[in-house]
Amino acid sequence: MSELPLTRNVRPDLSPTDLAAYEANGGYQGLRRAMAELSPADCLQVVKDSKLRGRGGAGFPTGMKWSFVPMDNVSPGHKYLICNADEMEPGTFKDRLLLECDPHQLIEGMILAAYTIGADVAYIFIRAEYLKAAQLLREAIAEAKAKNYLGQDILGSGYHLEMHVHASAGRYICGEETALISSLEGKRANPRAKPPFPQVSGLWGRPTIVNNVETLCNIPHIIERGPEWFGSLGLGEDAGTKLFGVSGRVRHPGCWEMPMGTTIRQILEDRAGGMEEGYQLRGFLPGGGSTDFLVEEHLDLPMEYESIGKAGSRMGTGTMIVLDDRTCPVGFVKNLIEFFAQESCGFCTPCRDGLPWNAQVLDDIEQGRGKPEDMDTLEQHVSYIGAIGNTHCALAPGAMEPLQSALKYFRDDFQRHIDGGACPYRGAH
Amino acid sequence: MSEQLHSVSAAALHLSDAELREIDAEIAHAPYRAAVAIDALKIIQAHRRWVSDDSLEALAAYLEMPAAELEGIATFYNLIFRQPVGENVILVCNSVSCWIKDCEGIRSAVSAQLGIEPGETTADGRFTLLPITCLGACDKAPVMMVGDNKFEDVTVERIPAILEHAEGATPG
Repeated sequence: MSELPLTRNVRPDLSPTDLAAYEANGGYQGLRRAMAELSPADCLQVVKDSKLRGRGGAGFPTGMKWSFVPMDNVSPGHKYLICNADEMEPGTFKDRLLLECDPHQLIEGMILAAYTIGADVAYIFIRAEYLKAAQLLREAIAEAKAKNYLGQDILGSGYHLEMHVHASAGRYICGEETALISSLEGKRANPRAKPPFPQVSGLWGRPTIVNNVETLCNIPHIIERGPEWFGSLGLGEDAGTKLFGVSGRVRHPGCWEMPMGTTIRQILEDRAGGMEEGYQLRGFLPGGGSTDFLVEEHLDLPMEYESIGKAGSRMGTGTMIVLDDRTCPVGFVKNLIEFFAQESCGFCTPCRDGLPWNAQVLDDIEQGRGKPEDMDTLEQHVSYIGAIGNTHCALAPGAMEPLQSALKYFRDDFQRHIDGGACPYRGAH
Repeated sequence: MSEQLHSVSAAALHLSDAELREIDAEIAHAPYRAAVAIDALKIIQAHRRWVSDDSLEALAAYLEMPAAELEGIATFYNLIFRQPVGENVILVCNSVSCWIKDCEGIRSAVSAQLGIEPGETTADGRFTLLPITCLGACDKAPVMMVGDNKFEDVTVERIPAILEHAEGATPG
């Protein structure tokens, strides 16, 4: 069995790992190594060489993202590292595991990331409902400070870093990195047009890196063990391991760390135990609510950025949502579109006005009031709202992904609603 | 400047010492006072359960920002309450993984037991029922929260016990 670094401290009862237990299992060795031997440039090179890609959904190469932060120190002032712990993508429940079970792993990863980009202040932006995780993080930060892993002159290196937990007040859009920055500044969480990119002008106009929890949790292991080791964890093109999850009508819904490149079938059948008794697989969203449906023919694809992309979807957060044969695909998509319509920040017109329009059309179809021309309306929205560049951020294009693929794979279901004037699944639950 | 100082001290009269202490701790590591607007709204809410017009105006003055701007922020976020809520806020997830597992049935069972629809508070002020987006525990759908407590794999049969537990757990 291959190594599973991210969850090595996760206990069967999911109780949190404290500082002593974390250190006893090799924790903070990556930090000790970096403070003693590695310059920020060395660390950046290691992370670049590791080919780590962001685990929050977009999959951008982490080392490249960090490399855009100005390191010349010509402009005096703060630089910031922000951990995005605003896990709110429908069907996504992976960061909660890392936050609740091993808070020090995240903190060590954040210190190393902050050191690499020269940040002197770090924030953990955590969603309001993750109360237990926020409390554990506050305690872990205090523990780390007491051991001089945080604060002034960390382990005698001359490097300083302070870290704060910011508990959010709700709204999915806060997970978008520029919206998160607006929110951390105390404002409405409206995303910002890019450029300028946050790496150059982010929090309070200063260079800022925003990384997902799982991305940052990989850093201590990469620094300690090196890029070759990290690369060897993956089964194919992509390096490392990944937290994969399954929810829906499967026998054993859950979240597991597995090698990057594990096939969808292994996740769905070996780990999740296949479909619940009496239910058949219709399709699944491979990586959260804003990814395109895939279907049975895709089960043997490896969970890798490229392979899932080529199949017409995205790996996203790696947490799958399964659609079964007794759940209405129109209702499923309607639920998602209503979510995205509600969570739009309201700044860009296609998102603010287009998403509720789609929700209304889907509701009409689901309630048996659909008209044949509704299909054209939905198709038009998919091509207009789904195009990147018509809105500041990716919320609206992301919202169109499950809809456009449902129109492709489950078109007959839409048609049956319209032709029959009723939802054929009603009462089928 | 003196006008501003005056409004800050007037605001301090409405807010409690404990609230001011916590807000000041946030201001201590912020580049300007208004930057802590969301933290401060949450602090007030933690003490008073909701943010009244008086609290909002006092806080705006204390943070040296227009009250209208603070209102725009307060109303943007779904977990800042600008209306009174009950002792226990019930959040029933209605996102897709819970929807597949009939969260609507859970929601109607809560409504039936308490006699309130989403957005309403029971007459005795004990419970407010609100919908919530994905709570990040989708492998244990359907999921709900009552106050600070999360409940997983919820069934209609468990609703009475869950609500009773919440009442017992409420301090004071």
